[in-house]
Amino acid sequence: MVQLRFFASLRETLGVGDEQVELPDGITDIAALIGWLQQRDETWRTTLGDSRLHVAINQTIVKPDCPVSDGDEVALFPPVTGG
Amino acid sequence: MIRVQQDDFDPGVELEQVRSKNAGTAGAVVSFIGMVRDLNDSNTIRKMTLEHYPGMTEKALAAIETTTRERWDLTDVIIIHRIGTLAPGDRIVFVAAASAHREQAFRACEYMIDTLKTDAPFWKKEVTDNGDHWVSTAPGTG
Repeated sequence: MVQLRFFASLRETLGVGDEQVELPDGITDIAALIGWLQQRDETWRTTLGDSRLHVAINQTIVKPDCPVSDGDEVALFPPVTGG
Repeated sequence: MIRVQQDDFDPGVELEQVRSKNAGTAGAVVSFIGMVRDLNDSNTIRKMTLEHYPGMTEKALAAIETTTRERWDLTDVIIIHRIGTLAPGDRIVFVAAASAHREQAFRACEYMIDTLKTDAPFWKKEVTDNGDHWVSTAPGTG
């Protein structure tokens, strides 16, 4: 299982904050995982298609080609605006 | 030292602690306070909510402290960031750097707040008379 986490505008637009998913065969990196989630519906397709989307695996920012595996915590969020 | 908290902080208390803790070794303490404004894109702001990513936030701030200490010759570093609901005028963030000389403290302080704005997982949502909206990251904002 992979623990998905969504924050800020993403959480509100997608209507989900936390979700556990079973990685399908062939989904081995972040780009593939996002592509798979985008197939859910139009909202997921456009929201996760935003080029400014940030991804963290186990609480560290990563690039789309980063491998993802069972037990990972994968967070998706918009650009940060603290400070 | 890093802290993420809902409660307000007292800059006087924080600065006095840095002063006494670094008395003798530090010749300069530079600090920065970020506050909630009452206007953004001509919308009057009533409230602001700060969301964060518990766990990653602390890691990100600790990484900023580590990098800052490596890059400059400092005797102390403080980063405090608030979360939850804030009002215009409220303090959001406090960073301070103590060093033997002011140049190092100034540069470190500026680096910390700049890096925090791009690396730490906080998100601001403004409640205005024209509805709620998430703050965007256009250059020069935040």
